[in-house]
Amino acid sequence: MVESATIGEIVLEVEDLRTYFRTRFGTVKAVDGVSFNLRKGETLGIVGESGCGKSVTMLSMMRLVPIPPGRIVSGKIVLDGEDLLQLSEGEMTNIRGSKIALIIQDPMTSLNPVFSIGSQVAEAIKLHHDIPHRSVVDQALEVLRKVNIPAAETRMRDYPHQMSGGMRQRVVGAIGISCEPMVLIADEPTTSLDVTIQAQYLKLLKDIQKESDLSLIFITHDFGIVAKMCDRVAVMYAGRIVEMGSVRDIFNHPSHPYTEALLASVPKMEQDVERLYSIEGQPPTLHDLPEGCPFAPRCPHVMDRCRTEYPPQIDQSETHYASCWRLA
Amino acid sequence: MTTTPETSGNGQIILEARDLKKHFPVTKGLLFSKITGWIKAVDGVSFEVRVGETLGLVGESGCGKSTTAKMLLMLEEPTDGSILFEGEDVHLTTQAKRREYRSSVQAVFQDPWSSLNPRMRVRDLIAEPMVINWDMDRGGVMERVQKLLNDVGLNEYHSNLFPHEFSGGQRQRLAIARALALNPKVIVLDEPVSALDVSIRAQIMNLLKDLQNEYNVSYLLIAHDLATVRYMCTWVAVMYLGQIVELAPVKELFENPLHPYTKALMSAALPSHPDTVQDEMILMGEVPSPLNPPPGCYFHPRCPFAMDRCSVDVTEAKEPSPQHWVSCHLY
Ligand SMILES: Nc1ncnc2c1ncn2[C@@H]1O[C@H](COP(=O)(O)OP(=O)(O)OP(=O)(O)O)[C@@H](O)[C@H]1O
Ligand SMILES: Nc1ncnc2c1ncn2[C@@H]1O[C@H](COP(=O)(O)OP(=O)(O)OP(=O)(O)O)[C@@H](O)[C@H]1O
Ligand code: SF4
Ligand code: SF4
Ligand SMILES: [Mg+2]
Ligand SMILES: [Mg+2]
Repeated sequence: MVESATIGEIVLEVEDLRTYFRTRFGTVKAVDGVSFNLRKGETLGIVGESGCGKSVTMLSMMRLVPIPPGRIVSGKIVLDGEDLLQLSEGEMTNIRGSKIALIIQDPMTSLNPVFSIGSQVAEAIKLHHDIPHRSVVDQALEVLRKVNIPAAETRMRDYPHQMSGGMRQRVVGAIGISCEPMVLIADEPTTSLDVTIQAQYLKLLKDIQKESDLSLIFITHDFGIVAKMCDRVAVMYAGRIVEMGSVRDIFNHPSHPYTEALLASVPKMEQDVERLYSIEGQPPTLHDLPEGCPFAPRCPHVMDRCRTEYPPQIDQSETHYASCWRLA
Repeated sequence: MTTTPETSGNGQIILEARDLKKHFPVTKGLLFSKITGWIKAVDGVSFEVRVGETLGLVGESGCGKSTTAKMLLMLEEPTDGSILFEGEDVHLTTQAKRREYRSSVQAVFQDPWSSLNPRMRVRDLIAEPMVINWDMDRGGVMERVQKLLNDVGLNEYHSNLFPHEFSGGQRQRLAIARALALNPKVIVLDEPVSALDVSIRAQIMNLLKDLQNEYNVSYLLIAHDLATVRYMCTWVAVMYLGQIVELAPVKELFENPLHPYTKALMSAALPSHPDTVQDEMILMGEVPSPLNPPPGCYFHPRCPFAMDRCSVDVTEAKEPSPQHWVSCHLY
């Protein structure tokens, strides 16, 4: 693991967040009672299979869920002492980018193809700082240098399509950090990157974090990113957090059968593995969740009780809990 | 590169690439009549695929992996070099032999189903290669479709569905079933699990291994993820900018990487545990363009070990230890 910044007081608290979508199949409970907190300078990883609600959780925190079909049904998102869900749209616009920023999954769609990258970074800065144009350009340049865009003065005038995937990703990163937010959410920020470029980018994020005590949330499928970047991990399944702990809790003592299974299904570079464990079946569809524990149909430890009652959250240690009847 | 590692099956070479090249013209002007340069997508690549074994091809985006695969699949004409199948040059042999080659070498891509007719039912999509290539009656074809679906862990119920009714992992199973239809001897797997979730990935990798054991089919596996390669492969070739810079049996390559680029790739790979100690070797700069590769060793602008001669002299393959090939002036 990369050495972390010093971890301070709680900056963000999410409490019992529920975000539902109305679809023609019925109500999709994409996020169904998610709670967690985040400290200053801390990196939290959120892992789980495709469709388990990771992105919708983050969109809810940014208040960017499309309404309709979506609706934040309940919950609190307290950032720096303020519940974001109580703010007006205008107030939220001021907070987005300046206090909490999101780097979305696909760098190409988050950049506008008709504007130069310099002007897009400048625009992000202007949105939140009332400063003269001249110094906006200087600041944009500085941010681009910070994310290691070579020859930033000239590359500023480039359009997104003139840059490689790795560079575009860094530009999106530059926009994310340009307003020095307290919390930066990175949704699968490196999936489209090459291994060596990914390593550069992850190191960069860590460096920025150390410098500014940024709190990071990493959304990913990839336990490698978690092992490298995160202090704590939340494992999501079917719209809920099923296990949460420090990165070592999760890797050394996974307690939820789903976490165990996920870890066992990842091949390792350092050793020969005869056969990978594989979880049979697929994650449930969120408009038609089974009663009880949603992992029950795939769980090797399933008991009668699992099929009727949702398991309670059971503490494993001060830093570690999981929701599973096997632990009760 | 003629001997076999201990891990091999019977070691017989089935498919061989000899100094393969693919250069794409860069054109300009009206009707693109003026050629202004060449993209050397693949620039002199040689390797062997053996019966029942898996050769991994790794390297950064744009280094020419898919172009190499397309040449083997005869979807791209090589600019130079040759492809030998069971010892015979596929471009110089008879029409009939070439047909046989095409059905013996099949492919599975990252999401092949996105390009298939969405209005065809799964059973017809899987039957299609047999209908085209084999003189087999309908009943026989349908029987084989069922057998193939069972082989990949699906059942009769699925044969009536349309591709969009499947999840990503199931679609990849279908693609594998279709690739197996003609009893191929080699399957080219171009990033077959990259788009899948970890849990589904494990299912598909295990399936591919089982099928290899059962049918003794050979794989050429293209992948980004080194852990996937370690799990799946017998041999690994590392590509950089259109060339193979290192080739070795899988264990040897992971335990004793020689080329600086291979070392950088390994140190950049994500750890499997937070306590994994990694020697950080973060490369600066981007992968150079194959349109304008640097002189000497193509890796020298990013290489932490570059010496004076590296920017001048081209490298050639050496075999510093048995079966371990590397192209670098350090050896
Ligand atoms: N606009 C929408 N309308 C209806 N359902 C939606 C919408 N957006 C998301 N969902 C549903 O919400 C659930 C959670 O989706 P989400 O995007 O959060 O998954 P994810 O965990 O980020 O997956 P991935 O790893 O694939 O990005 C999914 O079942 C998805 O189909
Ligand atoms: N039809 C084509 N015309 C021109 N250039 C091409 C063509 N096909 C590929 N190239 C170029 O050849 C080089 C090698 O591409 P290729 O698709 O083989 O890379 P790859 O190793 O498979 O990359 P990735 O990991 O991103 O799939 C790239 O620079 C690409 O832009
Ligand atoms: S509650 Fe029951 S079904 Fe759910 S994970 Fe635990 S043991 Fe498995
Ligand atoms: S030949 Fe020189 S530049 Fe190329 S990889 Fe070897 S040491 Fe590095
Ligand atoms: Mg997502
Ligand atoms: Mg490719």
